[in-house]
Amino acid sequence: MATAKRVIVIPAYCEATVIGHVVRDAVRVAHAVIVVDDGSTDRTGDEARAAGAIVVRHAINRGAGAATSTGIDAATRLGATAIATMDADGQHRAEDVGRVLDRLDQGDVDVVIGSRMIGSERGRMPAHRVLFNRIGNLLTFVLFGVRVTDSQSGLKGLSRKAADQLELRTNGWEFSSEFINEVRTHGWRLVEIPIAVIYTEYSLSKGQSLGGGFRTAAKLLSRRFLG
Amino acid sequence: MNPIQVVLILFALFAWSRVVNGLRRGTLPLTPFLLWTVFWAGVVVIVVRPETTAAVAHVFGVGRGVDLVIYLALVVVFFLVFRLFARIEDLERQLTRFVRAQALKDLDKP
Repeated sequence: MATAKRVIVIPAYCEATVIGHVVRDAVRVAHAVIVVDDGSTDRTGDEARAAGAIVVRHAINRGAGAATSTGIDAATRLGATAIATMDADGQHRAEDVGRVLDRLDQGDVDVVIGSRMIGSERGRMPAHRVLFNRIGNLLTFVLFGVRVTDSQSGLKGLSRKAADQLELRTNGWEFSSEFINEVRTHGWRLVEIPIAVIYTEYSLSKGQSLGGGFRTAAKLLSRRFLG
Repeated sequence: MNPIQVVLILFALFAWSRVVNGLRRGTLPLTPFLLWTVFWAGVVVIVVRPETTAAVAHVFGVGRGVDLVIYLALVVVFFLVFRLFARIEDLERQLTRFVRAQALKDLDKP
């Protein structure tokens, strides 16, 4: 099979109420959907499987970064040529994920980041989220020297080459910034495309809190300076 | 002798008995055994004759012996906290590697 194989990776922790819906949407735009059940205590894995996903399970919760790494590894084992990661909480639209994969299929880029901060959808993000995002971008730029408009986006795309070279060492949310560092380290060609975000009460209740943001920042600093 | 001195000496003797036990059972090598013996002997000396610390403190340019003990203790505690922190990070990484490998092994099964 020499044709492109598009795989979507969804790291999920206790998202049983929404994961089925997210997976059913995602399977429409890819050849396979892998849900990494990150040690959920609810029926996340069962719901995802019932909706048509391949489920890989972490026996205990290891964080979004670790789950994403596992998902990307699993995707390469399935022979993926283009891989997209998306959030499990329903904030990303399947058509945007499809566009990220389309962009990778063109073959001239290694990494695609779906940015909530460019294009017509810009400005729909709640004000405090915009602020956190700016701080995340600034920190990412200062620490890793790459300027992006949405360093914390969960919707990303990787070519097979990037997936094979990727090596994430942080476990939690800080992996998004570490991922940007990988872009610089390997000299990957990066593009950002505008995406829409569906902010529901549910998806807003997930995500990072202020305290979580501080923890993330601290881990990034230790990753940068202590290795 | 104050009650606190008696308590501390008894504790030092108890701690040293554990060290001796370790040596007897072969779980503690000779060098750490000697180091711990010197340490607990030092504790007993300081407890019985606290003024000895003053002489040492004077050498280091610290006013009182008690202050020197507190400074040293703080340095040791900071160092131990750092070591623990690094060790926990390392364990977390190993745990993640294990959990991830296990998850992917399940994928390979039909």
